[in-house]
Amino acid sequence: MIRDVLNYLFVFILLVLTQVVILNNIELGGYINPYLYVLFILALPFETNENLVLFLAFLIGLTIDIFSSTMGFHTSAAVFMAFSRKYVLKLIQPRGGYEFGTTPSLQHMGLSWFMTYAVILVVLHHLFLFYTETFNFSQFFSTFGRVIVSSIFTLILIFIVQLFNYNPNTRK
Amino acid sequence: MRNLVRFLTKNSFIFLFLLLEIFAFWMLIANNSYQNSKFFNSSNFFVGNFYSTTRNIKDYFNLKQVNKELAEQNAKLQSNNISSFVKVYGRTYQINDTSYHQTYIYSTAKVVNNSTNKRQNYITIDKGDLNGIEAEMGVISANGVVGIVKNVSKNFSSVMSVLHDKNKLSAKIKKSGYYGSLVWEGNNYREAQLKDIPNHVKLVVGDTVVTTGYSSIFPENILIGTVSAFDLPEGNNFYNITITFAVDFKNLSHIYVVRSLQKNERELLEQESQQEIKE
Repeated sequence: MIRDVLNYLFVFILLVLTQVVILNNIELGGYINPYLYVLFILALPFETNENLVLFLAFLIGLTIDIFSSTMGFHTSAAVFMAFSRKYVLKLIQPRGGYEFGTTPSLQHMGLSWFMTYAVILVVLHHLFLFYTETFNFSQFFSTFGRVIVSSIFTLILIFIVQLFNYNPNTRK
Repeated sequence: MRNLVRFLTKNSFIFLFLLLEIFAFWMLIANNSYQNSKFFNSSNFFVGNFYSTTRNIKDYFNLKQVNKELAEQNAKLQSNNISSFVKVYGRTYQINDTSYHQTYIYSTAKVVNNSTNKRQNYITIDKGDLNGIEAEMGVISANGVVGIVKNVSKNFSSVMSVLHDKNKLSAKIKKSGYYGSLVWEGNNYREAQLKDIPNHVKLVVGDTVVTTGYSSIFPENILIGTVSAFDLPEGNNFYNITITFAVDFKNLSHIYVVRSLQKNERELLEQESQQEIKE
């Protein structure tokens, strides 16, 4: 239990650092900005208390906001994502429910399940984030383009990170 | 009462979500009036120090470019120096106490954090209150205008970049002297729009756009950029002008903060005359 907490704390710090030191400086074509930190919310274990998920999302959003001086943008988007996570998990639940002790990862749940899960939540997060940032619908399509392209890059990064932990021989 | 408690605990997930979301939006809105968010921006001590450390490492990669810029600037300053001019008339040199009254003081600072990809971009610099920086001072680089100081902490200041959707800089066409306001629409960090230039002004692509000095934040004739495209919509009195910034906002490292010595005097006078009109 303590080990898990320390583990997630380490992941938290690592993701925040990667986001603010490296990824915030990446803008391919002035357009695309991947937000890898959402992986933290994605990777929390299934049996985590739902209120705790909200709190942790709030915390990581706030940390990112403080470092990029965009008060509230990432916090609100991350909390929204944590909120949707509960319903998305319910929606794509495999028959028989989730096994105890597994985490929502490529390793445990397989490619197609993880793909659906990650795509839905990342796109929801990015939609929320980019539209609160623009705060109007007058540039609807250009914002939508940014959402799609940034989501793709975030997803690619998430898959790369997941593949580090992927071992096909021990798959359940 | 018991029912109420039960109702709240049963739906705690939704209520917690709403609570956190409302808090996040409150921060978002409060942040729009910058002063309220003094504590949470990147001019706060911990975050500022973090960025100055990472920036120190990054700076090594830019040394070559920075040296080149500084050398160019030195050459420019040298050629503007009063000692590089010789008075061709008269026999005595004046002591320029009254005829050259100093209006602006420049101090240097280094950029420790910067962004160009948001709607509202801020720059953090490594000088603050202790170095005499105050809010509403102008910030320029060797190449042109950069922004206006918004928040100041002890050691850092947060600068509202020209790349900010609430930014309204007054700018003029250097050749003809007509002025308008510069608006950044948030799509491209190299370009901005110049509004309110009337249709009888003659324009050419490549015209220089400079500051007006009307606001006393920036000195007059500081470079902003050049006209890259313009058109005149039919039946319209004003041009649509696109300008290209002279400053590359992605490559900022050394900047100058401008203090105006006559700003208070000037603002007082302007206020007084406005009040007289009201009375």
